[in-house]
Amino acid sequence: MNFDYTEEQNMLRDSIAKWAAGQYDFEKRREALKSDDAWRKNWGVFAELGLLAAPLPEDFGGLGGGAVDISVVMEEFGKALVVEPYVPTVVLGAGALKYAGSAAQKDEHLAAIAGGERIIAFAQAEPKSRWALNDVGTAAKKDGAGYVLNGHKAVVVGAPQADYLLVSARTGGAQRDAKGVSLFLVAKGAKGVSTRDYPTMDGSRASEVYFENVSVGADALIGTADGALPLIERIVDEANAAYCSEAVGCMRMMTDLTREYAKTRKQFGRAIAEFQVLQHRMVDMFMATEESYSMALRATILLGESDEERARAVSAAKVSIGKHSRFVGQAAVQIHGGMGVTDEMRVGHYFKRVTMIDATFGNVDTHLKRYTALSAEKAA
Amino acid sequence: MDLNFSAEELAFRDEVRAFIEENYPKHLKGKVLREDLTKEEFLAWHKILGKKGWSAPAWPKEYGGTGWTATQRYIWLEENARAETIPPLPFGVSMVGPVIYTFGTPEQKQRFLPGILSGEVWWCQGYSEPGAGSDLASLKTRAVREGDYYIVNGQKTWTTLGQYADWGFFLVRTDPNAKPQEGISFLLIDMKSPGVTVRPIKLLDGGYEVNDVFLENVKVPVDQRIYEENKGWTCAKFLLAHERAGIAGVARSKRNVERLKDIAKAEAGDDGKPLIEDEDFQRKLSELEIDLSALEMTELRTLAREQAGKGPGPESSLLKIKGTEIQQRLTELTLEAIGNYAQPFPRGLGANEFPVGPDYAGAAAPVYFNWRKASIYGGSNEIQRNIIAKMVLGL
Repeated sequence: MNFDYTEEQNMLRDSIAKWAAGQYDFEKRREALKSDDAWRKNWGVFAELGLLAAPLPEDFGGLGGGAVDISVVMEEFGKALVVEPYVPTVVLGAGALKYAGSAAQKDEHLAAIAGGERIIAFAQAEPKSRWALNDVGTAAKKDGAGYVLNGHKAVVVGAPQADYLLVSARTGGAQRDAKGVSLFLVAKGAKGVSTRDYPTMDGSRASEVYFENVSVGADALIGTADGALPLIERIVDEANAAYCSEAVGCMRMMTDLTREYAKTRKQFGRAIAEFQVLQHRMVDMFMATEESYSMALRATILLGESDEERARAVSAAKVSIGKHSRFVGQAAVQIHGGMGVTDEMRVGHYFKRVTMIDATFGNVDTHLKRYTALSAEKAA
Repeated sequence: MDLNFSAEELAFRDEVRAFIEENYPKHLKGKVLREDLTKEEFLAWHKILGKKGWSAPAWPKEYGGTGWTATQRYIWLEENARAETIPPLPFGVSMVGPVIYTFGTPEQKQRFLPGILSGEVWWCQGYSEPGAGSDLASLKTRAVREGDYYIVNGQKTWTTLGQYADWGFFLVRTDPNAKPQEGISFLLIDMKSPGVTVRPIKLLDGGYEVNDVFLENVKVPVDQRIYEENKGWTCAKFLLAHERAGIAGVARSKRNVERLKDIAKAEAGDDGKPLIEDEDFQRKLSELEIDLSALEMTELRTLAREQAGKGPGPESSLLKIKGTEIQQRLTELTLEAIGNYAQPFPRGLGANEFPVGPDYAGAAAPVYFNWRKASIYGGSNEIQRNIIAKMVLGL
C-alpha cells in the first residue's frame, strides 16, 4: 500500500498551480471563455508543460505516465476551473488510440496530440441515448473498403475546438445491442460533417454534430468493427475517474473559499464563521471533500484492474462524488448568501462545474444502478 | 500509488489468519460482542492473545506491543473481523494503557501494564457525570488530598461494563478554584475500595451495559495518580484522541455488510422474491457499501500517514463521525431487512429464551437500539464536528 505521489508528480502539480496562479486567474479565464486566441495560447502552454504528453506512450512522443498523473493534472485543473477540452483529447481520444489504434494511426495522431497540434472530441451521446454507451443510432454503413456515416451526436464537449471527432457508430445490430458498435476517428472538416456550437453551463463549449453521408476510409476505424463497446466503456471509465479528480479540486476550492468568506463576512456584529450551525455545515463540506478525494484516488488506482473491478470502483466514485459535490456546491453558495448567486464570485462557477461533471457520462443514479448490477453479477 | 499489500504483508495475513483459526476458542464461534456474555467469554480471546504477545498491537514494543506497522495492525483488525472474534475490550488496552505508558512513572508502568496485557485486570472508565457529558471539563467529582491519600467523593456515569471491573480510571477535580480544565487529575481506583458502589443502568435494548458509579469517601493512594496533579486534562485529551483512532470500525462494518446480504438473501421482499433483488433495498445497500469504501480508503490514507510518522490528527474525528454513521445505518438496514421478526423482543437472549423467528432476527432490534450510543460516546458526533471546526478549519 502506498499513497505517495512521485517527485515528478509533485513537480507536475506545482507547475500547473504556478501557471494557473499567474496566467489563468479568474479574469484571464473569462477571456479564455470568450476568445479563440486565448484558449489556443493556453493549449500551447499545456503542451509546453508536458500535460498533453504526460499519459501517452513514450514511443509516440509521450512521457509514459499513467492515471495518477492525469489525476494530478485534473485536480489542479479543477482548482483553476480550466475549461479547455483536456479529457476529450488526452483521455478519450488518445486513450482510444493508445489501446486500439494501429501503428499508423498512433503515428499519425499521438505525437500531434502531445505537441498540442491536435484536439479531439468524443461524439458519443445522442439525443435519446441519455448515458447508455450501447445506445447508438448513428449508422456507419460499409461502402467498399470504407464506411458512410449518418446520424446526430448530442452535446459533444470540445467539438468547437476539435480537429478530429472520435465517433461511436453502429456497424451492426439493433439500436441498443452491445455488439455492433464501432469507433471511428473522423476529421471535423470532412465533407458532410456540420455542427451547431454553443456554450455549456460551466463555460465550456460543445456542439450538436450532424453526419450526412460522411465517407471515411477503412483507416478511420479504431480497433475492430462491431466490438468497440468494451473499449468505449474503458475510456469512459478513465474519463470519469479524471473528472472525479477535477471535481475534488473544485470541492477543495469551494470549501476553502467558503471558510475564508465566513471568517470575514459579519452579521449580528460578528463573523458568521462563529455560528455553530455554519461551522458544522463547513465541517460536513470538509468531510465530503476528504471522502471524495479518497474515492477519486481509489478509482484512479483501480483503473488498471479487471474490467469489472475498474467499473465498480469508477461507478462508486461517481456516486460518492456526485452526491458530495452537489452538497458542497449548494452549501458553498448558501453560506456565501446573495453573493453566492452572483456571476462575479468565483464560488458559483465551481458549483456550475461540478454540476456539469455530475451530468457527464452518467449521474449518481446511473452509476448507482451500474454499481448494483455489477455487484449482483459478482455475487452470482 | 497502489492499494495492494506487499508479499510480506500477505504472508503476515496468512500467519494471523492461521493463528486465529487454530487458537480462537471453539465455544465462542458465532457469539458476538454484547453485554450478556459472561466475564470469561469477554476475556477468553484477550487472554490467549496476552500469552502470544498480541493483545496490544498498537503499543510501543518496549511496553509489550507487537512492533507491527500500521498496515499490519489494519490486517490484524480485518482478520479478526473476518473471523468475528470477540476482541479485547478497549478500556485497558486502548484507553488507560497508552495513558499509563505515556504519562506514568516507571513503578506505575510496572504495576499496571502487565495486567492490562494479559487480560487479568478488567478496567472501566470514570469520565462522564450526570452534569458533565459533552462538557466533560465541568466535572465535579472531588478529590481532596489528605497525606498520602486522596479522599474522593462524587458520581460517575455511563461506565461501560463497570459491573465486572477490577480497576477504573477516573477524572476528578483536585483544584476547584482553577479554570475547569486546569483543576483535574487522573486517578486509578481499585473498584473494590470501600465507598465504591456500582449500579447498572437499564438501556433501550433491555440490557445493562453501562453503570452509575458512586464514590463516597473513597481513599485513593497518591501513587495511583497518573501524571501531575491538576494535569489530568492532558491525559484525558490524549485518551480521547486514542479512542477515536480505530473507532471507524471499518473491518467490522464490512463483515456486517456481508451478514446483511445473507439476511437479504434469506428474507422475502414485498413481491415475494428475495429481498436482495428488491430495487429499493439494493439501492440502499449499494449506497452503504459505497460510503463504506470511501471511509475505508480515508482510513487507509490516515494509516499511511501514521506509518510515515505523522500521528492521527484531528482528522480522526472524521473517522469517528463517518464510521459510526455507517454502523448505525447498518443496524437500521438490518432491522428493516428482517421485517416482522424484528419485532419479538424476548430480552435476555443469553438466558434461556427460545429465539423467535430466524436465528439472525433476535439481535436486530436490540442492536439497533443499543447502537444509537455510537454517535454519542467517545465525544458525540457534534463535539467531533466542533473539534474539526476548530482544529482543522480554524473557525
